[in-house]
Amino acid sequence: MKYLLLIYQNPTNFESLADDERNRLMNEAGEIMNELAESGEWVGGYGLAHPSTTKTVQVRDGVPAVTDGPYLEAKEHLAGFCLIQCETEERAVDIAKRWPDARLWAVELRPLMEEAGTEM
Amino acid sequence: MRTARGIEDLLRELAPQVLGALVRRYAQFDACEDATQEALLAAAVQWPAKGIPENPRGWLVTVASRRLTDQLRSEHARRRREDTAAARVPAHDAIAPAPEDETVVDRDDTLALLFLCCHPVLSPAAQMALTLRAVGGLTTAEIASAFLVPEATMAQRISRAKQRIKAAGTRFELPPETESADRLRVVLHVLYLIFNEGYMASSGPHLHRSELSREAIRLTREVRRLRPDDGEVAGLLALMLLTDARRPARTGPDGGLIPLAEQDRNRWDRELIDEGIALVTGALARAPLGPYQLQAAIAAVHAEAGRAEDTDWAQILALYELLERISPNPMVTLNHAVAVAMVRGPGPALDLLDTLNGDARMAGHHRVDAVRGHLLEMAGDRTAALASYRSAARRTISLPERRYLDARAAALAE
Repeated sequence: MKYLLLIYQNPTNFESLADDERNRLMNEAGEIMNELAESGEWVGGYGLAHPSTTKTVQVRDGVPAVTDGPYLEAKEHLAGFCLIQCETEERAVDIAKRWPDARLWAVELRPLMEEAGTEM
Repeated sequence: MRTARGIEDLLRELAPQVLGALVRRYAQFDACEDATQEALLAAAVQWPAKGIPENPRGWLVTVASRRLTDQLRSEHARRRREDTAAARVPAHDAIAPAPEDETVVDRDDTLALLFLCCHPVLSPAAQMALTLRAVGGLTTAEIASAFLVPEATMAQRISRAKQRIKAAGTRFELPPETESADRLRVVLHVLYLIFNEGYMASSGPHLHRSELSREAIRLTREVRRLRPDDGEVAGLLALMLLTDARRPARTGPDGGLIPLAEQDRNRWDRELIDEGIALVTGALARAPLGPYQLQAAIAAVHAEAGRAEDTDWAQILALYELLERISPNPMVTLNHAVAVAMVRGPGPALDLLDTLNGDARMAGHHRVDAVRGHLLEMAGDRTAALASYRSAARRTISLPERRYLDARAAALAE
């Protein structure tokens, strides 16, 4: 099964972290990513630029409106995502538990839909 | 003159023989596997232009051996540079001569390779990938695209699988008689999983994935050639053929899934059905009963019905009762419940379905809700059926299944 790991942060909290704490978070995440690449479970993923760089696009009655900032209003924002493939959901949850951001904010795990199916 | 497709088929056929010859000579499965893959790639480039050599297997073994000895030589040189004082192996021992004169197929190593690739220390995903590469002769890129992951991810899975086999200290030989039957079951299960990966994908936009079914059938034919008296091998092959026969009818022009009862049976592949029926009939008459034979027998009963309403459900029900007895599992119970409904009505079928309620393996599984919806619809309880279909639609991770379940729910909501 493929899962999208959505990594949430609070940008204000993140900025107020001490330098070495911030570095430690990123190194920790980097280590897990290396481990997943090594085990063949890593499919892809990226960190995202600061939420202030977001453009939200909405089209109403054929008229597009482009605004600055995220679509959903929340203190937390999506800071990055990883696509992983695991044998079981338990394994995917275990990976999410180890993500450093899960200690401070949250990591969401969403299964991907597949094109394959069984006729019923 | 063979076509490009013909050359590809020939290479896949020869892949396990070449790898087997190398492993016998040099023992190192992981390095031999890489060298064989390189030789296959070299052949795929050279043969279409220059023609197929007179002894294609010998050509591949020679090229693969050269690659391997080159690699051993450079590793040896590296080690010597690193540790000149204590070069552990004298050069002439480490480098065996290339077997230029090897022309005869001394023995068939395909089965031993399958046992190795389907070693129980590996996860099913690793077993499938390694089998397709080492026995099937597929490239890492082909396997990656069939499983919809980046090539680097698949390369890592394959190399890790090879490391685990090495670490397990597995020898390249057939397992002892006491383990042989269990290990063969694992091989058959891996082939079954490969088949299903391809079959279930045949509705989606990733049509190349259906190549996996073709490959699984080809490999199962190989196993049957080597184990002609095993009823479960014949049963699995029959099951694959009878299932694959329905492929042209299982999806509509819009890509949606068509349930068995509504398929246009004129589009089923008669040739595959005939072969599948003959295989399973022969196996049931001669071999001890097993789950693949029973599943194939059920598929054969469906295949023999000209119209859905002609299906011999009583016979299917009897086969499911046998299957529950010799190989009980919740998926069997689900299908068993459908057969009960067709023979005795939805009431007893719903009772059977309720026996799955406490089963942790099926807790929240969309297939339970999908079958429950179907049974409730048969019973005339539209409201409850609708709720079950909606619940199943929310839980499945398959887009075509969700489309199908949403459509059933929508039809009841009207």
